[in-house]
Amino acid sequence: MSEKSGGDIFLRGVWEENPVLIQILGLCPTLAVTNTVENAVAMALATAFVLVGSSGLVSLVRRIIPDQVRISAYILIIATFVTVVDLLMAAVAPSASKALGPFVPLIVVNCMILGRAEAFASKNPFFPSILDAAGTSSGFAVALLMMGGVRELLGSGSLLGLHVLPGSWEPWVIMILPPGGFLTLGVILMGLSWWWRRGQKADETARPRRWPHGVREPEERAA
Amino acid sequence: MSGGGPAGTGGGAEAGTGGGAGREGGGGMPVQPSSSRLVGTLGLLSVVAGVAIVLVHAWAQPRIEAHQREELRLAIEEVLGEPQRYETRWIRDGRLLDSLPAGADSSAASPVYAGFAANGRLVGYAIPGQKAGYQDVVRLIFGYDPDAGKVLGMKVLESKETPGLGAKITSDSAFIHGFDGVEAPIEGVKHPARDAHQVDMITGATISSTTVISIINDRLEAVGPVLSKAGTRTATAAGSPGADAPRTAAAAGPGPRAAGPGQGGGER
Amino acid sequence: MGDLTRIFVAAALVNNFVLAYFVGLCPFFGVSKEVPTALRMGGAVTFVMVLTAAAVSFLNAYVLPVAPYLRLISYIVVIASLVQIVEMVVRKVSPALFRALGIFLPLITTNCAILYLALFQYARGYDFLEGMAFSFGAGAGFTLALVLMASIRQRSETASVPAIAREMGLAMIIAASLSLAFMGFAGLFSSVA
Repeated sequence: MSEKSGGDIFLRGVWEENPVLIQILGLCPTLAVTNTVENAVAMALATAFVLVGSSGLVSLVRRIIPDQVRISAYILIIATFVTVVDLLMAAVAPSASKALGPFVPLIVVNCMILGRAEAFASKNPFFPSILDAAGTSSGFAVALLMMGGVRELLGSGSLLGLHVLPGSWEPWVIMILPPGGFLTLGVILMGLSWWWRRGQKADETARPRRWPHGVREPEERAA
Repeated sequence: MSGGGPAGTGGGAEAGTGGGAGREGGGGMPVQPSSSRLVGTLGLLSVVAGVAIVLVHAWAQPRIEAHQREELRLAIEEVLGEPQRYETRWIRDGRLLDSLPAGADSSAASPVYAGFAANGRLVGYAIPGQKAGYQDVVRLIFGYDPDAGKVLGMKVLESKETPGLGAKITSDSAFIHGFDGVEAPIEGVKHPARDAHQVDMITGATISSTTVISIINDRLEAVGPVLSKAGTRTATAAGSPGADAPRTAAAAGPGPRAAGPGQGGGER
Repeated sequence: MGDLTRIFVAAALVNNFVLAYFVGLCPFFGVSKEVPTALRMGGAVTFVMVLTAAAVSFLNAYVLPVAPYLRLISYIVVIASLVQIVEMVVRKVSPALFRALGIFLPLITTNCAILYLALFQYARGYDFLEGMAFSFGAGAGFTLALVLMASIRQRSETASVPAIAREMGLAMIIAASLSLAFMGFAGLFSSVA
């Protein structure tokens, strides 16, 4: 596990094990706060702060925490970081904090964060843990930006608040409403799935290391 | 800390599988830590977490409150047409109070904000209100001149109405300015508004428009009579010696809140 | 319409947690392949939601005025403890029910719908009774969304679907149409009020 280079650890979180697009984790913020690119960026930054901070701290204290209480301890650490980021955002960026609303405190229950703490940071030294968290955060940010970009562009005809589509463009209001969130993610997932499968056809012998959403396929067949 | 108990019991089931597995080079020695160590570790962690949060809170809270005050100030200025200063008043049991008695239950009272012009004359009151709209609660504040019985302006503070349709109540300037000078009770009509009681509703957002109108009408029904009774009293009170002091002081300083808008009001 | 009824219906339909607020999506996609499991999961979540609402109204009234910045931590600790206690009680009292709920109970701790309920109850300033109506409504809405999703997915299992849409892709599109349908409930209150 630790013979991997730092770059590998980082990149794995961004693409191969992308938390949203591959592992289908952290869906709530991915759908709820991606009606504009600005919200997506704010959410990605807040989550990255919590993820990197808590992974680093969990890795530092991993030898001190008894196994029996480790999950409670991780949740406590994560909740502390989230409270801090919630207060900081309200103090420094009030408009972003207002736009994200309850989804900042809800970072606590983003399974992605507890998942990284339990699966990686609790078993690895400080620096790899930080890299792993940074990679996962970047992967999360990539997914959020894809969603936010598509939804804001089609739903408001703008990007980051700047109008980029011609005035004759009639915005698809549905894209910034809840159904548009599900629809966009569905289309993105199907597109990725198509892309992965196409790659596989070209090279029958090389099985992709990870299938998008196919992670669950073997156990389903077994069941 | 209550987290220690349940976590400890839950951990019992995990102890067999988790014990030692998480440690590098643990050598597979599943030592069962004493429960005091479990509680102690969590307790220590809680204390550290608590201290960290309190420190950040102490730094952030004044800034958060400043943002909220600023937001309220801007909203009040907008709906009262840039008064020179404003004061918080309370309405409780059908009476207008200058301040709440110490220790009074503030949930039984509702705040209104009295705005004053540079000459100390009462411009009107900014009144907050809220109600369920199309999607979720719509929160707004509006200015009201009790002597003329007129609404001075309206600003939506919070709404989750449908983007592109209902959300226009926050952005459609024709709709928003339709409330400037309208007389209560307000009636929403299709374009064009014909008399002093009517405002144009937004096409395609009838429910959101009606919500805004009914918030204002409901609030005015509740506090309007109280304010018109007290309206002149407050206005003249501002000229009396007792109330004169804060007014002159206002120009000098009680606040950043008074200094800025006072100058801006004349220039803009 | 009474205030409590209104809160109940609003939480269940107009502001459906899953389809309008995007919370509780993990179980919504993860445990919505068969109707019976969806029903059980919905029941378990509703149960924990009601308990949480009761605990939160207590916290809001007596503890948090003293230390407002500990809100998030105290909520999450209460939820985690409640789930643990419920798990122990159910195991003791009804082993059959425990087997039926099985893996769902621990999962509820990290179900954002519960924490969202707690935060929302605070933000809206609901008292105990309103909190009860709200949590029952939110739980009913969650169960409804889960069961609807499961019944559609059960049917689509046997349908011939393009390879790329299997699994999550199709589930997202189904969710989109459900969410679209639930938008029809918006305005329910303003139009009757």
